[in-house]
Amino acid sequence: MSEPNKFSRRSALMKLGLLINGGIAALLTVPVVGYILSPLRGKSGEGYNARVSLGSLDQFPEGQTRLATFRNPFVRPWDGQTADIPCWVRHLAGPTFQVFAINCAHLGCPVRWFSQSGLFMCPCHGGAYYADGSRASGPPERGLFQYPYRIEGDHLVIRAGELPTLAADAGTAAIRRKPCAG
Amino acid sequence: MRWIESLCDWMDRRLQLSGAIREAALHRVPRSSASWWYVFGSAALTVFILQVVTGILLAIVYVPSAAEAWNSLQALNHDLTLGWFLRAMHGWGSNFMVALVLIHMVQVFLFGAHKYPREFTWIVGVFLLLMTLGMAFTGQVLRFDQDAYWGLGIGASITGRVPLIGGWLVNLLLGGPIIAGETLSRFFALHVFVIPGTLIGLVGLHLLLVLKLGINEWPMPGRVVRRETYLKEYEELTHKDGVPFVPDAIWKDLIFAGCILLAVAFCGVIFGPFGPTGQPDPTIIETVPRPDFFFLWLYALLSLLPPQFETPFLLIAPLIGIAALLLLPFLSGEGEKSWRRRPIAVLTVLLLAVALGTFTKLASNAPWSPQMNAWSGSTVPQRYLKDRSPLERRGALVFQDKQCRNCHVLGREGGQRGPALDTVATRLTPDQLIRQVLQGRGNMPAYGKNLSPAEVTALVAFLTTLHPAGQARARDASRPVALEASGESSSSTRP
Repeated sequence: MSEPNKFSRRSALMKLGLLINGGIAALLTVPVVGYILSPLRGKSGEGYNARVSLGSLDQFPEGQTRLATFRNPFVRPWDGQTADIPCWVRHLAGPTFQVFAINCAHLGCPVRWFSQSGLFMCPCHGGAYYADGSRASGPPERGLFQYPYRIEGDHLVIRAGELPTLAADAGTAAIRRKPCAG
Repeated sequence: MRWIESLCDWMDRRLQLSGAIREAALHRVPRSSASWWYVFGSAALTVFILQVVTGILLAIVYVPSAAEAWNSLQALNHDLTLGWFLRAMHGWGSNFMVALVLIHMVQVFLFGAHKYPREFTWIVGVFLLLMTLGMAFTGQVLRFDQDAYWGLGIGASITGRVPLIGGWLVNLLLGGPIIAGETLSRFFALHVFVIPGTLIGLVGLHLLLVLKLGINEWPMPGRVVRRETYLKEYEELTHKDGVPFVPDAIWKDLIFAGCILLAVAFCGVIFGPFGPTGQPDPTIIETVPRPDFFFLWLYALLSLLPPQFETPFLLIAPLIGIAALLLLPFLSGEGEKSWRRRPIAVLTVLLLAVALGTFTKLASNAPWSPQMNAWSGSTVPQRYLKDRSPLERRGALVFQDKQCRNCHVLGREGGQRGPALDTVATRLTPDQLIRQVLQGRGNMPAYGKNLSPAEVTALVAFLTTLHPAGQARARDASRPVALEASGESSSSTRP
């Protein structure tokens, strides 16, 4: 067999073929990457948080901290129980509340409220928080995450939807933009 | 039998593979490598095949939906004939596979098999380890129960600590804003398609490299690897003192792999399948999430690291670890292979083994976690209440009621987050106790806002009774001196 000519018509056509396939592959990466990155898009530029009601105010007596649950606003029909999200509601007085995420600020385990000692305790790595959500002890670097809230009529409404982590600390981004005084 | 032979012959004339297969089977390996120390890799491969088979069998029933996954596991455990056994085999197979991969890696490292010319085999092996751990974690998620749910929360919380893009990464990991249906689908795709596919490809490459480069010879102290001479020496060795892989070496692989399969089945029958624990319902907060065995060390580490080191450690240490493993064959590609001449290698393995073992042991009883029910579940030992004053007994009540017991042992029961208090009166004076209770310190929260003065008085009265008979209470040595001095000075100033 003779050495194939580097500039033969066939090798040029092969290169053209490679180029066409490469181009199509590059075009196809756009929908693929877009599809894979689709969870990044929040709705209406506000991230993933939306209004959600925790129910009427009389469920939360003054001076007490109670567990409330809400259906996550970004829910799929097949989410099942995972879309039921708990949170701790502390009613200080009058229109003043604190709504804490259930997730420990350390690594997200569910904190439990102990009214007798006035502490939230985490079962995983031993974090503890005071009644106002501030850090008491253990590995967390900060206090509990808080959802911004507002009182609408006789309902307690929070902005929620995203898993609170150090990157997305519940709705505190919204708090910074617009203080929610209730 | 004749027709089988002719069928094989017919096939081979078309496939033309028998030559390659015969060559692979009969390739010569150093006699010293046909050893019981060289069976772990093939055993890991055998368990991987077991995982693929049992995994496919489970997948024909399992429903990768957040709403139904848990129910389908229950059906597997209880309704389907021997479904529980397949789940048990798959679960135990996972543990065995991680263990075998780790043992294989340690053996390879101690025998110097990562050195020239097998650097790339080692690098592929490092990725095989990462994929195996990835399978273990994603598999734990598919067992969609409370541990899986909160384990995902931990994974997301760690991811969220990545600077700048942490939030995006969390959304990518979870497939949305929060742990839900799409999270499970995502992990299902990873566990069933992406990672196993990668694993199969990498295993093929790993085996091809072993065939091409030959299995590592038994390391002899003093026989040094040099790039210039090694290949020639190895060829001579396999010619002079080599045996065909089949049957001289493979029989040990086969017997060991068979024993491992038996052990997996034995564990499956005796200990049964793993979970699922409670339903993945986040509103059930009465839960104590725990990771699977091979991640327990990480659980301990996350509890024991000082808070300020945690984020840097979590983000940087894995990168350093993986980089060190990948660079290892380039940093020590030549020289001694024998562990007898490589003390630092041996010490490194020992240090890692002791550290991982210690953390795993610690995590199995997790002394850093408060015992959430100790305050209402554990009683105060009778001897601490006998012949005590009403105030002291009232203090014992405060002690229980304020959940001190969740973090403090009394009479061997209670949380171990804080120190045991059976002898606290010998360590702290009443004044120090009051200060510690009101202001907290170290890991202890301050109780100043949650205790009335009367409760503090009672509590401290109770705590000061906690000392062994015959051992004195702690006392402030300066106090009598100060009192005496003030008494003297007051008497001297008075005319």
